[in-house]
Amino acid sequence: MTSTIAIAHIILALVASPLALGIINRTKATMAGRRGQPLSQAYFDIIKLLRKGAVYSRTSTWILRAGPLVTLAAVGICLLVVPFAGAKPLLSFEGDLILVAYLLGLSRLFTVLAALDTGSSLEGMGASREVTFSMLAEPALFVGLLALARVTHSLSFDGILYKTGVTGWSIGAPALVAAALFVVFLTENARMPIDDPNTHLELTMIHEVMVLDHGGPDLGFVQYGSALKLWLLGILIVGVASPNLAAASLWAREGFAIGGIFVLAVLVGIVESFMVRLRLLKVPQLLIGAGALSMLAAILVLG
Amino acid sequence: MNDLIGVIVVLIIMTNFLLLAAGSLRASVRIISLQGLALGVLPLCVHQGGLTIRLLFIAVLVIILKGLVFPRLLMRSLRESGSARAITFYVGPIASLLIGIFVLGSSLWWGYVLPLPEATPYSLAIPMVFFTIVTGLFLIVSRRQALMQIVGYLALENGIYAFGVFFAQSESMLIELGILLDVFVGVFIMGVMVFHISREFDNIETSQLSTLRDWIHSRNDAAAKKDGR
Repeated sequence: MTSTIAIAHIILALVASPLALGIINRTKATMAGRRGQPLSQAYFDIIKLLRKGAVYSRTSTWILRAGPLVTLAAVGICLLVVPFAGAKPLLSFEGDLILVAYLLGLSRLFTVLAALDTGSSLEGMGASREVTFSMLAEPALFVGLLALARVTHSLSFDGILYKTGVTGWSIGAPALVAAALFVVFLTENARMPIDDPNTHLELTMIHEVMVLDHGGPDLGFVQYGSALKLWLLGILIVGVASPNLAAASLWAREGFAIGGIFVLAVLVGIVESFMVRLRLLKVPQLLIGAGALSMLAAILVLG
Repeated sequence: MNDLIGVIVVLIIMTNFLLLAAGSLRASVRIISLQGLALGVLPLCVHQGGLTIRLLFIAVLVIILKGLVFPRLLMRSLRESGSARAITFYVGPIASLLIGIFVLGSSLWWGYVLPLPEATPYSLAIPMVFFTIVTGLFLIVSRRQALMQIVGYLALENGIYAFGVFFAQSESMLIELGILLDVFVGVFIMGVMVFHISREFDNIETSQLSTLRDWIHSRNDAAAKKDGR
């Protein structure tokens, strides 16, 4: 029974994750007074790209072809480990926090390597920025997870998520961790205050510039991978912010978790409607600020 | 009640981080006003003996002075000096934030090695006090504008006031009023000085003060220069 639910959750993530992108875009369109693209636009894009043929530059090697596959696979493995709606995940052991963090790192590494492999200086610039910012986002993620691990006395996601809740601790540490994770979420998914997902061929962009030379199915994999990553990190934030759901019924839990991710998507859309992309010099400040929040949360639970 | 103290302490710590990260003078004045407001509410939560008239009076006075009057004064001298709105740094905001994280960690340690004679109701109180004081001192030495030095001084004073709230629960009202009066006069005089500095040098950067010389001499030098040409 538990493994059936876990498999159902993975299928749900595989199927529903592009919908979250659609909700973000729809929120932005509504805020701007437009009708906007259909909610299922991300599905159409991915299907269209998968039906195309692939074109590779002669200067590139197998790394360019491996990049999107490794990225997608790494995020897919993370989905096996991270629990959804408080149900037991398929794969869970002490220390899987670190596995997930490094699988995300691996996917980023291969995106960066694929970008460098094309030999384009523009992509090299994007790779440099991506690595700089994720280097600053990683302490925020890790220290935040450390604080949560300390409170729940567990080193696996199964023991941490959907266990504590913002109201659970009197000192407010989970709210701080959730805020820090939200910044990490925006950074990892290349959303607005850090990166602009809609710019193309501009010197200011970070994530988009790295996948310029991917085409056809590869680009489809990249887009699907980023949708899955959005879903995965969304689960983390909802899981940190949710109250302890052990007592609730199955449907209430599922509804809460799915609703939580869609509310998060709306929140991202609202943030993107009201904020512009920060200047590149300001981004490290924001990320270190998120690190400070995580650190404060850790100090609150250690002290 | 402990929950509320915790929230206020965390709020004050976060305002310190904001002060370290702030890039504009206006924003830092607003943040220091927020810190003052949080500090004003603090004694109402800390005192176990219930709400007395004395306590309420002090709290209202602190809220009015630190939350409203000082920011007004600072904003006014900012407006009148007409200087640039961006803070200029000796130590940039990113490095400041990193130093802030380090200082927060160390003040936790200081809180452990320097315990109070009586246990405080909240374990993070003393680290918060140290952090606020060091943040104030750091702002004074790491920002170029004279106005930021007033903000740093206010943060420093806020830290000391918070220490008083936690440590000396039965402090004499006369002393507290005296300190508040001193701080008020201090901020008032510093605001006037910022105005004069900006009129003399066309900006409020303290690095320019090293060129300050005797008024008569500089006047004579200028006259000599004019004659020479």
